[in-house]
Parts: sequence; structure tokens; C-alpha cells
Amino acid sequence: MAAGDYTKPLPIPDEDTQPYFEACKRGELTLQRCDACKTLRFEPDNICPKCLSDRFTWERLSGNGTVYTFSVVHHAYYPGFKSELPYVIAVVELAEGPRMLTNIIDCKPELVKIGMPVKVTFKKCTEEITLPYFVPA
Amino acid sequence: MSNLRDKYCIVGIGETPVGKVDGITNLGFNLLAAKLAIEDAGLTNKDIDGVLTTHPYGDPPFMYSIQIAEKLGIQPTYTTDLNLGGATPVALVEHAVMGIEAGLASTVVVSFGEALRSKIKHHGKFRMGREDFGNPYGEVVGITYAMAARRHMHQYGTTNEQFGHIAVAMRKHACLNPNAQEREPITIADYHASPWICEPFRRLDICLISNGGGAVVVTSAERARNMKKKPVYISAFAEQHTHKNFYNMPDMTTWGAKRAAEKLYKNAGVGPKDVDVAEFYDCFTYTVLVQIEDYGFCPKGEGGRFVENGNIELGGELPVNTHGGLLSQAHIDGMLHITEGVKQLRGECGPRQVKDAEVCLVTGNGGSAGATHSSLMLRR
Repeated sequence: MAAGDYTKPLPIPDEDTQPYFEACKRGELTLQRCDACKTLRFEPDNICPKCLSDRFTWERLSGNGTVYTFSVVHHAYYPGFKSELPYVIAVVELAEGPRMLTNIIDCKPELVKIGMPVKVTFKKCTEEITLPYFVPA
Repeated sequence: MSNLRDKYCIVGIGETPVGKVDGITNLGFNLLAAKLAIEDAGLTNKDIDGVLTTHPYGDPPFMYSIQIAEKLGIQPTYTTDLNLGGATPVALVEHAVMGIEAGLASTVVVSFGEALRSKIKHHGKFRMGREDFGNPYGEVVGITYAMAARRHMHQYGTTNEQFGHIAVAMRKHACLNPNAQEREPITIADYHASPWICEPFRRLDICLISNGGGAVVVTSAERARNMKKKPVYISAFAEQHTHKNFYNMPDMTTWGAKRAAEKLYKNAGVGPKDVDVAEFYDCFTYTVLVQIEDYGFCPKGEGGRFVENGNIELGGELPVNTHGGLLSQAHIDGMLHITEGVKQLRGECGPRQVKDAEVCLVTGNGGSAGATHSSLMLRR
């Protein structure tokens, strides 16, 4: 895709989130696990919100989860979503525990249900950014 | 905190015209509201030594409260902006009490104004902290409430029609309020015909975008004795904030409101049965439903049934948002929930007056799916 063709909002990786987005480029969903209390956290940060330890290890996840809740969106809050209306935005509960926000893709909006098993897939947005999405498992 | 019960009062309120009002800036609405509140209290700017405010959503400038103070001709001994989204105005009243109690000021003006509808140029960009894990997927704050509402429907069988009863009640009240943006009555049929925006929310589940301002003046009960208007006493206040990102909330159907309610009732020495009128922050219909449950007006999960049959309308068991709320009066960040509560307790509400209203609950709520929460118990 040529630069400038992608019209949806893009993340700007920072010191904390760069490894997450680098892993996405390799097709891996990774999160930080606290070295001290072993809590897996989303989103990435330099401190564990449970025990405040600043030591952590990046861990590759299974990419499996279930739909915790979702919305079928009919309004283009961002112009880049206009051609995809209605789109499904969802909270996915990962098999390992944490929940994250994503889009459910390759699935008719009316078929999305709470509790539905889903698995991660990756889409290259630009040369710099690849994002994780979820599809029915 | 119970030793502060009824020790401080709201002695003045200001409400600018709201809705599709042109020709006034963000700053202008804030200043106009503050002026009206100071005058309503029978005071002048010389009597005010505390200035608390919050910046416009669309334009977060540096040192905003100092700018407000200067333009009101006040050199404050106590001032700040607070940033808790829709929980801010209610929390600012609490901060006014705290500042006076600590001896930092004697009389504080709390104000907010914004020209969000106007096509004016803003200098800043509104951001919700780190947005990198949300907006690439098309997230906006409203969608987080929609997803939380879906959990309530899933867990308790709550229906869209029940959300619709909340929208209809707010509109009914706005029709009795001359200073309301939307004054065309709506029915449940209109609600069902309203287009989906982000399911399960239709357009009529979602608050308005408004121009306007609101303000109050807070001082001690002792000083209030000699003022122009009858004081409205602040019996208690509470805050409970739970998260920034909603997706890891343990349960999207119970908010910080529940723990705030426990503290508020305890410190005010009243319970749900004593509340004559409630002004619940209502950025979405669902926001009202959750708070009705969290404040103990019905058991968790029964909010949908509670809002049916006109139960939250004037004349019902619990009149809610007698001004029309953010859903039908205007979105002034919840500042007008406070001014309406004061008016109800003063008996100034005309056709929408709750008869003999003595105790009023006012709440604020902000961020993604109830991230921040604040509340006041007011009495006459």
C-alpha cells in the first residue's frame, strides 16, 4: 500500500508500546508479564498496575479469545471507516485473561455474539504499522 | 467527613442560554455563567476569592482558571482547573468546600462553558490520554458506553425499549424547561424509529452537542445567612474513580457510582427513600440506568423495569433530570444538573417543580464507560 492510502487513525508507537507493534509485524500477539507478581497486563506500560514492579518480560499469547462485548457501529466517527459501515468494534477477552479492544472482521455483524470464540489475525496498515484483528475461531 | 454535613452552601447559580446559541466563545460562555452566578448570590467579583473551572472539551489550554479569574476581575487565593470529564463540575463543588474548609478562600465560583456546536477554530486537540489501542479500531467514548450497555442487556435482559423510556422521560422534562435545546415531545415509537448509531444505541440514546455555560457560588453556611437567596446546603459529597480504559472493568454493569453512593448516603445521613429528586449525569440513556441501580433505588439488574411506566418522570417514584438532562436540555458537562438541583430545592422550577423537594441527589460521570464518578447530596 502506498504511503497516504491508509485513512484510519494509526497508533504512534512509543517507548512502552514499540515492542507490541514490532511483534504485530511478525504476526505475534505479545503482552508484558510482570516478573514480580506474574500478572499479564494490557495495555503495555513501564510499571505493573498491580504491584508497581518495573520488571517484566514480553510473552507471546495464543491469540485465542472470546467476545466479551461489542457494538455494531453505523456512524463514521473517523472518515477512514466510512467505506466499512457498519463495522464491529469489540472487547475480546484473551484466553490468557486480559481484555483488549479490536474489530471483528470477516464476519457478518449480525452473527457476532457475546461469548463467541475468536482468534487473532494481522493486517498490514502501512510499512510501519500492522494491527491485530479478530475473526471467528 | 460527616462533620462537614451542611456546613457549606450553594448561594448562587448561573445558566446561560443553551443549545443552538451563536456569537459567544468557549471563554465567553464560562464568563457569562460565572457573572450570572455571582449576581444571583447578590455578590460582586470583589467578594470572590476562589475560582475553580474546567477547560472546554475541544480546547484544552494552559492555566485556564487563571485566565477565567483575570477576566472576572478576581485575584484568587485558591484556583485550579480539574479534569475528570463529566465528573468535573460536581467534583469542583467538593473542591470548593475543601478549599474553604482549609482556609484557602471564603467564597468560590465554580464555572464551565463551551461553544461546542459552533464552527469556530480551536487551538487544541482533545485527546483521551494514549489512544493507540482504541481509535485505530474506530473507538470513541460513546461506543464504550454502548458496549457496557450490551453487557447489561446480556446479563439482566434489559431491552432497548427500556432505554427508550429514559429518553422519553428526559424529553418530557425538557419540554417544561424554557432553556432547553430540544423541546419537541417524543414517544417510544419515535425512539424505535431513531437510527442506530452504535448498537445498542440509537440517536435518541445519545446526549446532545450544545453551546452554553453554567456556574455556582459556594460559601460557608455562616456567610450564607446574610445573602440574597435562600442557601442550598451541601450535605455530603463523594468521588469514586475506577479506570481509564473500560475494557478491563471487572463488571461493566456496576460502576464507581456504587461505592460513591455508600459514602454519600452515610455522610449525608439519608438513604434512597429520602431523595425527592435525582439529577443523574446522562451522557447516554444507559448511564442513568446504571446509576439508578448503583444508588440503590432498585436492585442490580432491575433498572430496566424501574424506568418503565413513567416512574422516573415528574409525578413518578423518582423524578430524574427535571431539566431534561444532557439528553434533551443541553450538554454543559453536567454543570446544569447542579443548577437544576439548586432550583428544585429553592422551589424555582415552575411547571417542572417537584412538590416540596427537600433532598436532591446530583451526580457527575466521565470518561470511558463510567471511568470517573462524583456526587453531591443537596438539601434545602
